[in-house]
Amino acid sequence: MRQLEYRRPADASDAVALVSGDPDAAFLAGGSNLVDHLKLGVASPGLLVDVTRLPLDTMEVYDDRLRVGANVRNSDLAAHPVIRARYPVVARALLAGASGQIRHQATTAGNLLQRTRCVYFQDVTTPCNKRDPGSGCSAVEGYGRYNAILGTSPECVAVHPSDLAVALSAVDAVAVVLGADGERRIQIADLHRLPGDRPDRDTVLQHGDLITAVELPRLEVARWSTYHKVRDRASYAFALVSVAAALELDGDGAVRDVRLAWGGVAHKPWRASRVEVALRGQQFTTELLREAMEEELAAAVTGEENEFKVSMVRNTTEHVLEQLALQSSTRGATGGAG
Amino acid sequence: MTELIPAPVPLRVIGTPLNRVDGHAKVTGSAAYAVEHPLEHADGPLHAWMVQSTVAKGRITEVDAAAALAQPGVVTVLHHGNAPRLSDTEDRELTVLQDDEVGFRGQVVACVVAESPEAAREGAALVRVTYDEEPHRVEMTLDTERYTPDKVNPAYPTDTEDGDVEAALGDAEVVVDQTYRTPYEHNNPMEPHATMAVWHDQHDGPRLLLYDSTQSVHSVASTLGSVMGIERSRVHVVAPHVGGGFGSKGLPHCHVVVAALAARAHSGRPVKLAMTRQQMFALAGYRTATIQRIRLGADRDGQLAATDHTVVEQTSAIKEFAEQTATITRMMYASPARRTRHRLVALDVAVPSWMRAPGEMPGSVGLEMAMDELAYACGVDPVVLRERNDTDVDPGSGKPFNNRRLVECLHRGAERFGWSDRPVEPRSLQDGEWWVGTGVASSTYPAYVMPGNSATVRALPEGRYAVTIGAVDIGTGAWTVLTQIAADALACPLEAVELGIGDSSLPSASVAGGSSGTSSWGSAIVAAAQAFREEHGADPAPGDTTTASPETVPAREEHSMHSFGAVFARARVHRYTGEIRIPRLLGVYSVGRVVNPTTARSQLIGGLTMGLGAALFEESYRDPRFGHVVTQDLATYHVAAHADVLDVDAEWLDEEDTLATPMGSRGIGEIGIVGTAAAVANATYHATGVRVRELPVTADRFL
Repeated sequence: MRQLEYRRPADASDAVALVSGDPDAAFLAGGSNLVDHLKLGVASPGLLVDVTRLPLDTMEVYDDRLRVGANVRNSDLAAHPVIRARYPVVARALLAGASGQIRHQATTAGNLLQRTRCVYFQDVTTPCNKRDPGSGCSAVEGYGRYNAILGTSPECVAVHPSDLAVALSAVDAVAVVLGADGERRIQIADLHRLPGDRPDRDTVLQHGDLITAVELPRLEVARWSTYHKVRDRASYAFALVSVAAALELDGDGAVRDVRLAWGGVAHKPWRASRVEVALRGQQFTTELLREAMEEELAAAVTGEENEFKVSMVRNTTEHVLEQLALQSSTRGATGGAG
Repeated sequence: MTELIPAPVPLRVIGTPLNRVDGHAKVTGSAAYAVEHPLEHADGPLHAWMVQSTVAKGRITEVDAAAALAQPGVVTVLHHGNAPRLSDTEDRELTVLQDDEVGFRGQVVACVVAESPEAAREGAALVRVTYDEEPHRVEMTLDTERYTPDKVNPAYPTDTEDGDVEAALGDAEVVVDQTYRTPYEHNNPMEPHATMAVWHDQHDGPRLLLYDSTQSVHSVASTLGSVMGIERSRVHVVAPHVGGGFGSKGLPHCHVVVAALAARAHSGRPVKLAMTRQQMFALAGYRTATIQRIRLGADRDGQLAATDHTVVEQTSAIKEFAEQTATITRMMYASPARRTRHRLVALDVAVPSWMRAPGEMPGSVGLEMAMDELAYACGVDPVVLRERNDTDVDPGSGKPFNNRRLVECLHRGAERFGWSDRPVEPRSLQDGEWWVGTGVASSTYPAYVMPGNSATVRALPEGRYAVTIGAVDIGTGAWTVLTQIAADALACPLEAVELGIGDSSLPSASVAGGSSGTSSWGSAIVAAAQAFREEHGADPAPGDTTTASPETVPAREEHSMHSFGAVFARARVHRYTGEIRIPRLLGVYSVGRVVNPTTARSQLIGGLTMGLGAALFEESYRDPRFGHVVTQDLATYHVAAHADVLDVDAEWLDEEDTLATPMGSRGIGEIGIVGTAAAVANATYHATGVRVRELPVTADRFL
């Protein structure tokens, strides 16, 4: 059988050094995605660097931010009282993902770095530019129901599967990254890439970069947030589309602040910035929202099997923001936020 | 062996909700499944891993096993150039590693045998097979060339015609003429197909022992005997516990032959072969997709004058399987003019086979959706429409039904469901952001009792009895219900019965399929018990033994033997996202006497749940460029999850059918899936006013 080296370093910088120094190495966290890839032949690292014993599993609450250790399990993060109270979009996105067993196993950073579930990526008998650069994309003209509609390239139409990443990008969260050259911070919204001509690269991270924490800035509007994941099966399914949104209106019904990100539509969480800009400071109306979404979705490229995603994400966003607007005005009428 | 018509059994424990006798062993993990059996061998077992073709059609030009053989732990690589020869190659599905022909993508082209499953799997990844690839045809459309099979599964006429269908349609006041489509579906039992093979070379020749995950130990024994070229009696098949089959383990697939070939050179040493979930999508059978054109002609009140059901479906070019999709239309409703036709498209694809209620399941999707459309077209309540077309005589055979209580099922279901509260017009009920609607469908399944069953009763000390038959419990509860039947048939306590099943050395038994297991095996046990009492009396000596086989009740042949049911569904469809949720699903059934309410309920709600999955989720996507199913795991092939299964309930009418069996029971394994998908789809129409004539019914249809 294939020989595989396994190391359990004592601290994060040792882990980074081990992986940085070996192009054939990979980090192992919860393993809920990587272990499948080992079995399927999708990934074949020669060295696994297990980071699960590193002391990165705490949550720290500061005045200006919440710091979440990279190893905090998805189920613990979803249940954390600060997440539930201040960032309901994050709790709901987590609970909409996977199954109870997998959420107990999967980590915060691992969730962000999971790879696409495109059926061709996972089937080594078919061409896939993400798995085998230059071999071609089977999905463009193949099984298309889950394919991306925004920011695609002829080389790749895969979607990123993480619900958590969509929610975190909506609330301006930041990944704290330890690399061979020290620590740096990357906005979650900028962590994942569009495929372009390098679909093998999911993120802007360099080989050996380790996410040690995710920080959520104090963000008032995030209290009034939610996550709506659309799928045929009621649970244990990846999103057809999903919407992470936060909205607060002022007393006159004008948009004080808004955040909007979409999942299931692109190779990365799709922060719908055009919609946010169009709404901010304006009276919230469905008409205005629809106009803004037209602009955001104008560049959508679809095939026969995924063209529904355009109207599905539009309808779902309308539904979610109308609900948040209604809740905001109800709060206004009864004396404001808690 | 005695043959007799068993008399009806006086009831004591039949009909009571006995918990599964194998339940403790299963939940504590001590019940051994196929490859889990510990077999003694000094070197431990060997492990086999199948290598599959990456082309859909062509010829193998080279198998390069060098890299695989260089892997530590790899013992051999079998392929068509070096594998032992099979003696019967008529069945092309089972003819593996014999020649260079490739008939479908995913076909077994080599097998790696190694000291560990990891080494075998890695070795399989390293075998390099080159092909002379030929153009393939793997897509079924209405334009694809098709042919008329000689019969449809298992032996029904391909086409039927009574009366002048065209004239009746021409004269009809209301005509429904629509095309319905059902997708490829894979059975996906929880336990993957797996087998452990060990040969013993003895003075009188070789013997083959198989621990197999199968629905029929006897058919595995006879098939493998014939394929391997040894006497059937020299093949011993053992299957005490099987983790589901849904038809996909009804017949041995090629992996059993592969395991037997792999073990042949290692006399005395077991070889384990377990399929991966992905392999099950190519090698374990599946349900064909269907394209069904249905024409119904009726008067304004919905009384049928003509029914025409024409089906196009596919088979593998290497082996024919013709799903009997339209047979349900031959018997379901009274209609003076009737026509049914099946046409097959032969493709370079994996071999389809039985999947829970083959025929009735997809056929009921077309027929019961068309009946729903007729109800709306006539302005007749869908329950009333079905009642109006009820019949006491099977229109196809002309025989009276044994016990047709469809209308009672419909009425009882409507009453429990609160059917009369529904608005007549579709798209007229909202609850928050959800459209709400209800739908109904009829259900039926033939009451099969299979020939060729016998059982043995042997007296043990202290008033105990060994009761044996080579039946298989595939998770249905056979261990439990056969114990109950034996106890009542012998008029002894449950605890006095030592049941033996799951072994081909036990008396002959038919497949756990066609909802015929309990009926066929139970009848044999009753026959054996009654013959035993006749022969040995109420106080037998230990060792007294009788083997008997049941004869058919002559009156059964004069009747059309069926069970019936009615399925009611409530659907919620989200106004914005199109998502569909089914808060309530109810089936009411007429299935003869229920032997064990606990295990029966589990069968019926299991069938309803599988029907729900077929309605909303299940679809195997075959990529036409490659020729294989690319949604080949349970993350991309969706079955219903817990959150989808809300209020699902089943009840049954109080009845007995001694024409069917001496227990008064009929089969219950499949009727729960029949009609269910149509009831769900009909409910989504009532909720939204949007008619989706293609399964699965998905959210994007309602945006």
